[in-house]
Amino acid sequence: MSASAASTPGRFALGGRRLRDRIGDGLLHVITAAAALGVLVVVGLIIYELIRQSRLSMSTFGLGFLTSRAWDPVTGDFGALDFIYGTLYTSFLAVLIAAPAAIAISLFLTELAPRGIRDVIATLVELLAALPSVVIGLWGIFVLGPFVKDTLGPFLSRWFGWLPFFDGTPQLTGYLPAVIVLAVMMLPITAAVARELFLTVPSDLKEAALALGATRWEMIRGVVIPQTRGGLVAAVMLGAGRAIGEAIAVTQVIGDTLGIHISLFMNGDTLASRIASQYQGAATNLQISALVELAFVLLVFSLITNIVAQVIVRRFERQLEAR
Amino acid sequence: MSDRAEFSLQPTRQLRRRNLLNRFVEVVMLGAALAAVAVLVLVVWAVISRGYSALSWDFFTKGPSTNFLGTTGGIANAIVGTIVIITIATIISLPIGILVAIYTSEFAHGRVRRLLSFVLDILNGLPSIVLGIFIFGLVVISHQQSAYAGGLALAILMLPLIARSTQEVLALVPETLREASFALGVSRWRTVVGLIIPASFGGIITGGTLAIARAAGETAPLLFTCALTTTQVSWDPGQALQSIPLTIFQDLENPDPALHAQAWAAALVLLTFVLVISILSKAALARSRRKLTR
Repeated sequence: MSASAASTPGRFALGGRRLRDRIGDGLLHVITAAAALGVLVVVGLIIYELIRQSRLSMSTFGLGFLTSRAWDPVTGDFGALDFIYGTLYTSFLAVLIAAPAAIAISLFLTELAPRGIRDVIATLVELLAALPSVVIGLWGIFVLGPFVKDTLGPFLSRWFGWLPFFDGTPQLTGYLPAVIVLAVMMLPITAAVARELFLTVPSDLKEAALALGATRWEMIRGVVIPQTRGGLVAAVMLGAGRAIGEAIAVTQVIGDTLGIHISLFMNGDTLASRIASQYQGAATNLQISALVELAFVLLVFSLITNIVAQVIVRRFERQLEAR
Repeated sequence: MSDRAEFSLQPTRQLRRRNLLNRFVEVVMLGAALAAVAVLVLVVWAVISRGYSALSWDFFTKGPSTNFLGTTGGIANAIVGTIVIITIATIISLPIGILVAIYTSEFAHGRVRRLLSFVLDILNGLPSIVLGIFIFGLVVISHQQSAYAGGLALAILMLPLIARSTQEVLALVPETLREASFALGVSRWRTVVGLIIPASFGGIITGGTLAIARAAGETAPLLFTCALTTTQVSWDPGQALQSIPLTIFQDLENPDPALHAQAWAAALVLLTFVLVISILSKAALARSRRKLTR
């Protein structure tokens, strides 16, 4: 190359530029690929590191960790059952409240609301997702807590006290405020995904239903919901993933105590909330390791929820493209 | 009813029932939307009305008072700490996030691209407390809590947000622009650096600020990485620095009502920052999207 370059200066310039471009292209490819590989490495490293740091707890308690109800730093006896129960119970109830509400909101936004109102409400619902969890928790303690204790709780107790869910006396903290807080936090996520799903429903199908004399609700039930059913499951699961993993707001309102209760007026704890509440208190290596193992259990829950939801979303998108 | 011979415009009982059900469902939908907005208004109103009174000049310029009987002092240490931690997180996550997005939009194809988007979404869905525990195990156990460790945990939180929003903006750059550049003999890296990035720059940056707004309000990743702090105002990232969300969280563990007032005021500062940034960047993002798709 240097020989030909010396004989023809014009080609030298061209060759030089090509070389620089080849190096530049290669460099950009390598750097960006390295960054992309970094993302995969980080996810792998998170799983590896949590297993590594919880090894002490795993070898001490074995699988019994998952079924043990103990959390005693003094005797060094740790288990996760109460927190697993609390996580699943609060998240499930939050889904029961938030999923229908989120779907109703997105139906309102896509099928019902006039254009001007639609954008305003959609923006406000999105902003609900921007509220920091610690601020929601603060509100949960000082505004929601007293409301549950003095107004909502007595009301539920008076009319539905015969149900095991509303047994006992309402307090400032407990499952009920935690469920409400979680429902508020998962609502905007599910609503955002559901709204995008509803926007994919072909308008000629909807108009055909209306032309046949269906009311708007019959059109929604007969066309919109069946067209998006798979995606809606994923939308709800994505919201549930947020509820399962929320630590701060829950730890502020759930009462941070061991216990497995049906009654929503009782205090309890979740995996994420227990980890958060222990940030200053972990004294021994075993306790730290047990905390990390709680985080690992939480990671497994959230991975399962998220992976299933993402797979469903992607299958739904492929169906849309094929249509 | 069907054996009646003459045609009537009077709605049948069945139609009236269907219309009634329809109206009922419409009201429920409207109610759900209003309820969501009401929750937002209630939270924002509570923060404004309770936080406003504790705001003062000293609140922004002074650190917490070490005097147990006196005033609670300000949150200057937390404001400085949040600035330092978020700066570190942004310096780490913004370039990497943009590079990842460039890789998926310019180089990766088919299966690799799908895998990367999938992993980014999974990373985005991980509980933020898990990220804190991860950095705790990776960095803090062997070293100590610091603003670096906190920033690193927040960087992992921001990375998928930035990468995904950048991906979306890059996808909006018209294919014709790319083809025109290649047709002129411009190499790929020059096309990316000189054409695609500048064309989508506004969108990339607003995606970044949205990620910053999200990270600024996060407490959980800092609990195990940057929480054992001092009350001094410090810019040293080697120390564990106080942050605004952590101040709120810790104030509430204390029964002192003066600290609760401080928590509301800190929440007002945080909420103002987060909401203003979110609203502005969302408006800017919508505008740059319109500009690119025009």
